[in-house]
Amino acid sequence: MKPIIEIQGIGKKYKLRGQEMPYLTIREALLGKNKNKVKNEFWALKDISFDVFQGESIGIIGKNGAGKSTLLKILSKITPPTEGRIIARGRVASLLEVGTGFHPELTGIENIYLNGSILGLKKAEIKKKLDQIIDFSGVEKFIDTPLKHYSSGMQLRLAFAVAAHLEPEILIVDEVLAVGDAEFQKKSLGKMEEVAKQGRTVLFVSHNLSAVKTLCRRGVLLNNGVTEVVGEISDVVDRYKHNINQILKTINTDYGVFDLKNHKNKIYDKNYGMQKVTTYCDGKVSEKMYSGCNFKFVVNIKDKEIKNKILFGFVIKDSEGESFIGINNKHKGIELISDNNEKEITVEIQSLPIYRNEVFFVDLFLGEINCNYDVITEAFQFEIEAVDIYESSNLIDLRYNKVVVKEINFYLDEK
Amino acid sequence: MEYIISAPKKISIGIKELWSYKELFYFFTWRDIKVKYKQAMFGFAWAILQPLVTMLIFTFLGNMLSIPSDNIPYPVFAYSGLMLWTMFSSAVTNAGNSMVTSSNIIKKIYFPRLIIPVSSILVAAFDFIMAFIVFIGLLIYFNIEVSVFKVICFVPISVIITIIASFGLGSFLASLNVKYRDFKYIIPFFVQSLMFLTPVIYPVSVLKYQWAKYLMAVNPMSGAIDLTRNAIINNSLNLDCFLISVVSAIIIFFVGLFYFRKTEAYFADIA
Repeated sequence: MKPIIEIQGIGKKYKLRGQEMPYLTIREALLGKNKNKVKNEFWALKDISFDVFQGESIGIIGKNGAGKSTLLKILSKITPPTEGRIIARGRVASLLEVGTGFHPELTGIENIYLNGSILGLKKAEIKKKLDQIIDFSGVEKFIDTPLKHYSSGMQLRLAFAVAAHLEPEILIVDEVLAVGDAEFQKKSLGKMEEVAKQGRTVLFVSHNLSAVKTLCRRGVLLNNGVTEVVGEISDVVDRYKHNINQILKTINTDYGVFDLKNHKNKIYDKNYGMQKVTTYCDGKVSEKMYSGCNFKFVVNIKDKEIKNKILFGFVIKDSEGESFIGINNKHKGIELISDNNEKEITVEIQSLPIYRNEVFFVDLFLGEINCNYDVITEAFQFEIEAVDIYESSNLIDLRYNKVVVKEINFYLDEK
Repeated sequence: MEYIISAPKKISIGIKELWSYKELFYFFTWRDIKVKYKQAMFGFAWAILQPLVTMLIFTFLGNMLSIPSDNIPYPVFAYSGLMLWTMFSSAVTNAGNSMVTSSNIIKKIYFPRLIIPVSSILVAAFDFIMAFIVFIGLLIYFNIEVSVFKVICFVPISVIITIIASFGLGSFLASLNVKYRDFKYIIPFFVQSLMFLTPVIYPVSVLKYQWAKYLMAVNPMSGAIDLTRNAIINNSLNLDCFLISVVSAIIIFFVGLFYFRKTEAYFADIA
């Protein structure tokens, strides 16, 4: 039997233009300014080849920037490859996002039709499945209300309901399962399993390794745009975890304890301000966290300037610099006052609301109202293991890159 | 059903594929019309008000400057040009901005990209129908005798020329707009300037030299408006000029279409 998808030597080249936007201004085009930058090329994917057979579910994993999304975009025909070719033998539906094309002014029903037809459903098919879709979404009460009055959770459920009723031969799914609350994730994951069991072909990108393991039998590990392993899913996942551990080892020698005194990003007087930070996972010194764990870090401070209330804040960013959590004690209405020169500030998040297998970086800010004294960007990092989806209660909504931290505390200890 | 994904090589119009997505044309157009009339306080009145108010302003201006109007009341004369011009200008402006406005969709899903600018043009055509109803009202109010046969034949031809020309220009500008964001500012300025180079508020007969008439006919809207006016004024149509406009519209159509098809593959990368 011929494979349903043959991927043959796919490569995708992008032209890098530094910090600038990918589009040009006319002035730049006229002056030929872009010409001397053409050398600055970057292969997002290089020589990717593998076959996918009918009824098979394949998980594509890899770090951020490994080329997973680019590969899905090529498979979905959104962007063409620079070289190589793909032979597909079946109707493809791709879900790189749920709710593509949703319009806030239109009602729920109207959006079902619009989104459904964008996803490739015929009007007659939508009409036939309309009741099922509305039923599945659980928003039947508001189905004639404009979408702008929906909560984001309701919009998401409606969007997923439409997507769940696609019946393609090949389904391409990006990280869509990472959005929404636990209940939604459970529902959508269940639907994915159902689709896979029906004998459809599924290509699935996710950071949720446990979901990938349950859904897929085979996997592809991408690393810097090339396929590192293609094979049994457990082998692929193991290799991926191994790679991450390898990276972590090279980053740090003293596990969970970071010297800030001689930190490369420290601008402030090195003998003052923040001196050291220690990270804890469930009370144990560790640099490895998992979703929903008790995350704590303690900063040792030697202070000479702060006279009033202390303002202490931090920002958690992913490896691409996208910030997820940015918070200080004032946001939380917690006062930190101390006359002592040496002190310790502890930040504790009861249940770490980030659901992603990745290394995260933390910027630290120390000062008082209207004035930062000691700022250290990327002061320390920690790794998160995105553990079982059914247990974590606070999940990150990747669409908005925003996390609601429910229980967080700042403490001050005088030394 | 087997297909191949590879680097784009040859350019084709892809009519077969467009046809298979015909429902999406309908849905995008339907969405834009619905949203437009849902959001605006005046609703459908908006499509009528725009040419109507512009007509009143130009009537005032026309009286002051005593612009000739080929022996029909100036308001009717101006409106007959403005209703077609409004369609053209909103079609070109909306189609020209359409790819950038829809960038979040084109980055996430594939469908023939041409659907987006074409839908903007269909929305403008829909508005035209509203404006045309008012035009009939004006004809009755000013008691102007027209040959119904000519109106039925000529107005649709004018509309088709307008659609063809605005599609060509609109899709050309849409591609350029994705790559060069300056076009966001250029398009309205360009469309506005073009209006004064089109016999919208003055008749072609104000031009003294024959070569100037030919030159103006290169602008397809000149032919489209002249044809519609011929249906009401009943003066002899300059056939040479009209043919120049038609050929020009067809050339603009194909240039726009092919430039769009040539560049569309990379829209998702740079939008």
